[in-house]
Amino acid sequence: MSTDIADNTDVGVGAYQYGFHDSTDNYAFTSRKGLDAEMVSQISEMKGEPDWMREFRLRSLEIFDQKPMPNWGGDLSHLDFQDIYYYVKASDHQEKSWDDVPEEIRKTYDRLGIPEAEKKYLSGVKAQYESEVVYGSLDGDLAKLGVIFTDTVSALRDHPELFRKYFGTLIPPSDNKFAALNSAVWSGGSFIYIPPGVNLEFPLQAYFRINTENMGQFERTLIIVDEGASLHYVEGCTAPTYSSDSLHSAVVEIVVNKGGRCRYTTIQNWSNNVYNLVTKRAMVYQDGLMEWIDGNLGSRLTMKYPAIYLMEPGARGETLSIAFASKDQHQDAGAKMVHCAPNTTSRIISKSITKDGGRASYRGLVKVEKGAVNCKSNVICDALILDPQSQSDTYPYIEIEESDVTIEHEASVSKIAEEQLLYLMSRGLTESEASAMIVTGFVEPLIKELPMEYAVEMNRLIELQMEGSVG
Amino acid sequence: MREIVVEVIARVVDDLLRLRKHLVEADFEMNSKLKIENLHVQVGETPILKGVHLEISQGEIHALMGPNGSGKSTLAYALMGHPKYVVTQGSIDIDGIDVNELDPCQRARLGMFLAFQYPVTIPGVKVADFLRHAITNVRTPDRKEGEPLMPMKEFRIELRDTMKQLNMDPEFARRYLNDGFSGGEKKRMEILQLAMLKPRFALLDETDSGLDSDAVRVVSEGLAKLSGPDMGVLIITHHERLLEYNIPNYTHVMLAGKIVETGDASLAHDLHANGYAEVRKRHPEEAAQEQKQQEATV
Ligand SMILES: Nc1ncnc2c1ncn2[C@@H]1O[C@H](COP(=O)(O)OP(=O)(O)OP(=O)(O)O)[C@@H](O)[C@H]1O
Ligand SMILES: [Mg+2]
Repeated sequence: MSTDIADNTDVGVGAYQYGFHDSTDNYAFTSRKGLDAEMVSQISEMKGEPDWMREFRLRSLEIFDQKPMPNWGGDLSHLDFQDIYYYVKASDHQEKSWDDVPEEIRKTYDRLGIPEAEKKYLSGVKAQYESEVVYGSLDGDLAKLGVIFTDTVSALRDHPELFRKYFGTLIPPSDNKFAALNSAVWSGGSFIYIPPGVNLEFPLQAYFRINTENMGQFERTLIIVDEGASLHYVEGCTAPTYSSDSLHSAVVEIVVNKGGRCRYTTIQNWSNNVYNLVTKRAMVYQDGLMEWIDGNLGSRLTMKYPAIYLMEPGARGETLSIAFASKDQHQDAGAKMVHCAPNTTSRIISKSITKDGGRASYRGLVKVEKGAVNCKSNVICDALILDPQSQSDTYPYIEIEESDVTIEHEASVSKIAEEQLLYLMSRGLTESEASAMIVTGFVEPLIKELPMEYAVEMNRLIELQMEGSVG
Repeated sequence: MREIVVEVIARVVDDLLRLRKHLVEADFEMNSKLKIENLHVQVGETPILKGVHLEISQGEIHALMGPNGSGKSTLAYALMGHPKYVVTQGSIDIDGIDVNELDPCQRARLGMFLAFQYPVTIPGVKVADFLRHAITNVRTPDRKEGEPLMPMKEFRIELRDTMKQLNMDPEFARRYLNDGFSGGEKKRMEILQLAMLKPRFALLDETDSGLDSDAVRVVSEGLAKLSGPDMGVLIITHHERLLEYNIPNYTHVMLAGKIVETGDASLAHDLHANGYAEVRKRHPEEAAQEQKQQEATV
């Protein structure tokens, strides 16, 4: 979702101007389609990276080539890796005006109530350098505390030691085919370091880094929350992402050290042609807490299972996710909790909504390693199916190598009951108002966890998704 | 000659004035009427109502009684437009408007209200949010989706006052609709909605069941206060208390999907005292049907 800030500073204004059309006339550099070693080297060179990173990329490419496509999850048979641009760099001095933004998109922004300035940014009208300002001002406030919040490319340049210590350690390229792909061609993403004992009062947001087309398809985020520190990071945009690109494959790695807390909130609303294949993993040390809050709307296929490894006693992990699948969409999402130490606890709450023939799958793994006694895990997944064409399924996996553990799993599937609709309608609500209200109520326990402005937008998004869909 | 003219004019003016007064009064008394004629309703393949006639005018209180399974709730659902309850014959009409053509939302906006026998739970939806939406739609029937709701402050004050009148803990406004409510609390929630929505025609389906005696009194008094010249009320009940506070102008008895008898308040009293045996005796045909239907379901 994020764009590569550093990449674009050198091209200056207008890096986003190609947001809505497929025209590539203005690109300063467009890689040819497809993927090979030459391409990967070229990407690394364009970014002026150190040798070790170029080698890392090339090694990752080899792994990617060797690994077979996953044969589980969703249907990936239409995904053609050779038909994708892996690196695009925009041209300069091409200011786009608000008037060029398609009516339909402007209307969506209006209805979402996104402020003018952000709208312009989201739609790619606003110039790139303004995002620098955003980072800059955050730096000003937080730098004194030793907080680092920057884009990943800058971090590689400016904080090489810290970067190298953690980069690729949680999710090595060999983890899965898409992690390998990301490792080979990554650009963009956020890098965050919170020093020991620093508690950030406000969420850090990547809100302004929302890209238009072709950018940040392979972002790479690395977060380190040091001992006793805490962070809430909010990523992604609640506005629709109008990407013509077919593949988004991000990697997010998070380390939560002893007594640290990290909450990572994502709300993604991809356009319906995007394959969204994301690997997210956190490692939590003694008494630390990691929370993934994950909203998945849009996309053609999403495969995303944020993982938490509970490494030391007292570590806790929690994943809350909402998936919304409509026509021609498959959300295959869930969570992975790995209990590697005694007295660790985890909780997974997953809610999915399907309509107009959409499909949502919950796929989750709770694993208790040998020696991890006295662990607790609680899994709740609820599915709401809005019409008979739509589908929901559940794949809960449990692997336990200890006996002294408590694992609970509850699953429920509900259809919007005729009785509920009738009840609300008999009080004067239209059918679509009534269904939207039922859906909003269904996700309410999760929405409550979101920061205010995201909660409001999430609700509006759901209303938009529901609009005119029923009746 | 002149006097005659003056007199004629005076008489004409007088007539006109009288006529005007009459018209104004007629207008004032222009009473909405809910007219149900020869209503046949089926669920799935099963016919349940077999020709119900009933007319309710604004300001009237009607009691509907009848043994379990006779079709009282079915009538209420059909009137409110429950999609499962299909009208196969007959008509429902308010002042010339064919109600059967309308969906439940339009019926609500036309001034109909059903206090459900079994109110459903809607998790995650706060009572206050739901009610504000409902009230806005019902009070501004032309409201389109997405148009603004009633101002929050105004709504809150009204809700608070109404809850107070009904002896309800204001905390309920913040709870999820009927979620975890006791049976009695759910019924009170129905009355709260009735009080807020102020319908022209209120159908109460066993709103007095499942209430403790204090709650029955609150609900009965509440209804008595709410109803009046502007509300036509159909009370479906098996008990007497509600009717003590809200004395029916008419009492109807339903048996096997038909209204077989209509009387005044004393009929309700009589049925409470003596049950339906006499009614069945007076209507052997319907009683036989009832018998058959019961055997079929066993
Ligand atoms: N949704 C339904 N599906 C199947 N049968 C139904 C349905 N609704 C009503 N019926 C049947 O229709 C008949 C009338 O039911 P109804 O609920 O209208 O009775 P009632 O007079 O309200 O009874 P009670 O006093 O017990 O509330 C019963 O035989 C009932 O089983
Ligand atoms: Mg009933």
